[in-house]
Amino acid sequence: MTDKPTDTPELQLPKDRPLEIAGRVYQSRLLVGTGKYRDMMEAGHAIETSGAEIVTVAVRRTNLGQNPDEPNLLDVISPKRYTILPNTAGCYSAKDAVRTCKLARELLDGHDLVKLEVLGEEKTLYPNMTETLVAAEELIKDGFKVMVYCSDDPLLAKRLEDMGCVAIMPLGAPIGSGLGIQNRYNIRLIVENANVPVLVDAGVGTASDATIAMELGCDGVLMNTAIAQAKDPIKMANAMRLAIEAGREAYLAGRMPKKLYASASSPIDGTFF
Amino acid sequence: MQVEVNGNAMELPAGATIATLIEQLALAGKRLAVEVNEDIVPRSQHLEFTLSDGDRVEVVHAIGGG
Repeated sequence: MTDKPTDTPELQLPKDRPLEIAGRVYQSRLLVGTGKYRDMMEAGHAIETSGAEIVTVAVRRTNLGQNPDEPNLLDVISPKRYTILPNTAGCYSAKDAVRTCKLARELLDGHDLVKLEVLGEEKTLYPNMTETLVAAEELIKDGFKVMVYCSDDPLLAKRLEDMGCVAIMPLGAPIGSGLGIQNRYNIRLIVENANVPVLVDAGVGTASDATIAMELGCDGVLMNTAIAQAKDPIKMANAMRLAIEAGREAYLAGRMPKKLYASASSPIDGTFF
Repeated sequence: MQVEVNGNAMELPAGATIATLIEQLALAGKRLAVEVNEDIVPRSQHLEFTLSDGDRVEVVHAIGGG
């Protein structure tokens, strides 16, 4: 190393603040979904291995006339153990999203933390931001704590925060695509401007993607398909747990600056040749 | 009388309550939420809320999702 030591490195390091969402502190920065698993037992096992404390669910019609003894998801993923985060997946309008949140609140005995997502089109599942803004406003007025899936536009992210959303959740790539974090610059801008937690929601495909999101300074990552559709979901759940921790530690450690050319790690002084 | 439950037509005796409906669907005791004509009917009102002919009822629960 030939670099000059920095004077007060601790002053330049990011602060480690616990992840606090709507007044509750969480130890795990990994949030997971419950969709696309082979069965409920596999979902339960993977989620337990992931160490996640916040778990998303969808709200759908109860199957009528089918086996009434089939296990209920909330028996496997107990609201006593996990913070259940109902989503508005499948909603393409503010009206449907608000209706879904109200049903979820009733379903969960008044629990008012929701993941708002209003989709724009099927091919990309990209968020419809005008409808998202309308829904967020109505939900917040009605007392909901809104974690919002959104585009990576820093201005819209700020606007959602100013409206009162409790967490901003931009996509890193389309839902279920596994393309990884395609928008590092925008995610970084959103993180820098935000005073509420920023979580990458959607796009993560493998562990390194989750680490990148955390190295950018995100407060957490929400994922589903990357774990559920891995060949071994339990192993991938563990990989994601480690990846999130590694990324967070690297962010807090403050990475070395990037250089175009080499810089020898071994001293030149004392060479005998 | 006829009501629509989760998009399916269903015959119920006049004066049936939401509790009657849930019983008939063999869903008693399950964790679910009920909406009638797009308005939530809280669990505490299931015993007394009387359905009317033509009501559109939604019975929902939590399933896997991301």
